[in-house]
Amino acid sequence: MLRSSSESAKPFLCMAMLLANAAISLSMSTSSLAEPVPDESVSQRSGSLGPIDLINQQIRAAWLDHDLRPSRQATDAQWCRRVFLDLVGRIPTVSELDAFTTQKSRQKRHELVDRLLGEEYLDTYSNHWATLWTNLLVGRTGGRERRSLINRQGLENYLRQSLRENQPYDHLVVELITATGSADPQEKDHNGAVNFLVEKLDEGGIQATAKTAQIFLGMAVQCTQCHNHPFNEYRQNQFWELNAFFRQTRVERMRDPVDQNRRTGRVTSQDFAGEGRELYRDNRREIFLEERNGKLVDRDAKQLQAAPTYYELRNGQIRVAYPVFVDGTSLAEQYHDEGSEYGNSGYLEHVDRRQELAKLVVDVRDFDRAMVNRTWAHFFGYGFTKPFDDMGPHNLPSHPKLLNELGLAFRSTNFDMKELMRWIVLSEPYALSSQINKHNVKDDPRNTAPQFSRFYLRQMQAETLYESLLIATQADETVSNERRSALKARWLQQFNTAFGTDDQAEATTFNGSIPQVLTLMNGDLVRRACSTGTGSFLDKIANDSGLTNRQKIGYLYKAALARRPSKEETNVCNELLTWRHGDIVTTLQDIWWAVLNSNEFILIH
Amino acid sequence: MSHFSTPRGMNRRHFLNHLAGASTLALPAFTLTQALTTQAATLKHNHKSCILLWMGGGPPSIDIWDMKPGAPTGGTYKPISTTGEGQITELLPKVAQQMHRLSIVRSMSTREADHERGRYYMHTGFVPNPNVQHPSYGSVVAHELANELRELEIPPYVSIGGASEGPGFLGMAYAPFQVDSNGRVRNVKANVEEARMMDRMKLLGLLERRFVRENRGPSPTEHAKVLENTLSLLTSSQMQAFQVESETQKIRDTYGNTNFGRGCLMARRLVETGVPFVEVNLGGWDLHQNCFAGLQQKLPEVDQAMSALIEDLASRGILENTVVMWMGEFGRTPRINGNAGRDHWARSWSVVAGGGGLAAGKVIGATNEDGTQVTTDPHSSEDLMATICQAMGISLDKKFTATNGRPMKIAGGGKVIDGLLE
Repeated sequence: MLRSSSESAKPFLCMAMLLANAAISLSMSTSSLAEPVPDESVSQRSGSLGPIDLINQQIRAAWLDHDLRPSRQATDAQWCRRVFLDLVGRIPTVSELDAFTTQKSRQKRHELVDRLLGEEYLDTYSNHWATLWTNLLVGRTGGRERRSLINRQGLENYLRQSLRENQPYDHLVVELITATGSADPQEKDHNGAVNFLVEKLDEGGIQATAKTAQIFLGMAVQCTQCHNHPFNEYRQNQFWELNAFFRQTRVERMRDPVDQNRRTGRVTSQDFAGEGRELYRDNRREIFLEERNGKLVDRDAKQLQAAPTYYELRNGQIRVAYPVFVDGTSLAEQYHDEGSEYGNSGYLEHVDRRQELAKLVVDVRDFDRAMVNRTWAHFFGYGFTKPFDDMGPHNLPSHPKLLNELGLAFRSTNFDMKELMRWIVLSEPYALSSQINKHNVKDDPRNTAPQFSRFYLRQMQAETLYESLLIATQADETVSNERRSALKARWLQQFNTAFGTDDQAEATTFNGSIPQVLTLMNGDLVRRACSTGTGSFLDKIANDSGLTNRQKIGYLYKAALARRPSKEETNVCNELLTWRHGDIVTTLQDIWWAVLNSNEFILIH
Repeated sequence: MSHFSTPRGMNRRHFLNHLAGASTLALPAFTLTQALTTQAATLKHNHKSCILLWMGGGPPSIDIWDMKPGAPTGGTYKPISTTGEGQITELLPKVAQQMHRLSIVRSMSTREADHERGRYYMHTGFVPNPNVQHPSYGSVVAHELANELRELEIPPYVSIGGASEGPGFLGMAYAPFQVDSNGRVRNVKANVEEARMMDRMKLLGLLERRFVRENRGPSPTEHAKVLENTLSLLTSSQMQAFQVESETQKIRDTYGNTNFGRGCLMARRLVETGVPFVEVNLGGWDLHQNCFAGLQQKLPEVDQAMSALIEDLASRGILENTVVMWMGEFGRTPRINGNAGRDHWARSWSVVAGGGGLAAGKVIGATNEDGTQVTTDPHSSEDLMATICQAMGISLDKKFTATNGRPMKIAGGGKVIDGLLE
């Protein structure tokens, strides 16, 4: 039997959810809408020079302003490693690296990017980005517990398919916001997209509200409960007006028919009469008439149609909220021609609030800028604001013109995510070395707004490290996809802790601290990567009669670090080999272990 | 000299000496000397330690330490008398018998009522700032007591059963070492014998140094330092401190058969070993719904473990050198909501602290009759941190230089809480 329960109908009494400065932010965005971007600058496919030039020009201008000189160019091999890690989530193989570095074409960087974003790497690309989006939408711990309603696999499969097809970003977001159906892939009405919302609808959908604003609009409503100034009723008002869009959304909780300890969920849209009201559409009642605008109208019928939600001020007073978007667009106004209360109706036959919300989200300028900022931060480690998903007048961008025009350009491609990535990875700042020079020491993103005058080192994520180890050791070739993803999930899980608070916060120990170092030093994954059993990666290299010992050692350096060993490193490796009486297998094993444990391996540089 | 002349059967001292001699890992920024001096599992140490009992989610201190019987905000439970000045909840009868050793600060008044911000603020004494990452308690303590910690081979900042907060601009070498309350530290056993591990470390040291020298920012050095700390831990007999199961059954029973109980017991063992900062996490306090049923579940666990910890520290004579703190990121609304829960509330709440030279058995500060306002001098996270640091012998005049070059006072310039320091 499926057991279901619906949300509490009582007014939700949490306080202090503020929507920061959304009104001001809107006035900024409308003014910037006026600046046109020439069409031809973005319409050229691959090598779309417009936006790339825009990036280069705007970033250079800021270097001048800040008296910075950029680092020199990264080498081909460094750039290649970087772009593999950032676009498809793993390091390049030795043959991929060699193919690129020996290629003579002047267009070779464009060509590599086109290949990584094309058919050839479609699986790797969509797996990588499905993982990133899953982590973003439900966290790293979402769906990992049996009681969780989230079906992680269902979400990942859905995202992977969408990414494979390179669905426009706005389509993806509309689907996530409006999704209905079961989270469970075994159910007939399964819809992987519901996993975004299925566990965010408690307490009237506070998390649905907060995460929608933060992820898709770059508005950190959860973190702006700033009590430094007196409590601002207007802002709290906005939070609950945005929240009102989720009030027709219900989640049914069910036990998994197979495993009784598991839970699963179904997201539905249902008529909403208003908080605290039962839904009687055909009840007998006395009719109270009252005069409005010279007409006698049924007072209660009107009230029944407008479905309010309530929230509580800090002093205990109750306020009412109807759906109003962050830019001030209210559904009541939008549907004013149908009647003054029509837009506030809770009946789906009148207004489907989530459908309305999804349209409003993708239409507002914050939507494209938030995605540009997020994507930029993915490739550079920092966005144009810190943090990149907390934008607004309180946190102005470092490169406002660039952010704005990239946003417009992204919008004009019909939200083609690959196009946006292409612009960024083919830009000048992305091609810079991570080595600091005399003239850009002060460009330290920990302290000031980053100017991207060098490539800031950042650590691989746990997922990327995992995939990189597999590719480097060709370890996945005999393992089925299903088994592989189960192994990966188990390995990843050891790093994550959920705080168990209502904001669904979590932490990872894969953050450069001791547990991470221990995992790589002594853990199973690296132990397997260093296996010398018959047919293993090291075994194949050790027994490759076409390679000298020196070349074998060089191969390992190239496979992990995309470079040759230095003279000193070669000497020490040779010394070890001599010390081992020429035992090349054991020597390679030790070298490989050392290389995989190094700072140079784990850092994207 | 060959890099690889490894005799068999080395002990830790040889191992590390050899490494240092070959200067494979030794970078200008740090040395291996700290690890070479001793092998003792328990150190004689003069520094003070701190155990933070972190109640993640924000516990309703109005139901625990500052009760309002009779007020509409009063809640379900009744207060009982204690061996100290104040009354506390009837659900903590054993802790009530330890209150002559602890003090309650009822005048906490803060402004961060969001979990993430509150957790950061209460751990660092600073509100979040996008351009500075502030170090948390444990990192500050580890950094400031570094001179006294030369013989400590395991991390000076341990977080049991939770993530704690980060090291901020002090860098990952001061990050909390996160362990489960069962005390099993994963992956401490090397896959190869010691001599071979040493060869590997030499190769690794070469790689690390090379990348550090290339001047690519702080991350490569951070990695090398953490590697160094890891190596120290790997070869240390002080790792026994994590083995709670080596305690007698009787002691373990006293702390209770719970994760929090085991965490508290491990904290005592770590402090005895010389670890200056231990955080023990107990989550699940985000009681927006059914607050009182939740308390009935959580408080007995706290009662058992916390009372055992205080009693154990006292009977071993180390309470006077060990500060114990109990707090979460904020309190909870005096007003009880429609779901019999309490929501986030930072304006008036309580923390508990004692040991290590802090006042014992005192109640400091007060709130009004329904608990909605602090009626005495309000106290902040900065004030609390200043008091704790002072008690631990850390000078409040010390200024850190953050990565941006700006000087920054320990504890954000907080003032010592009047009456909390003996």
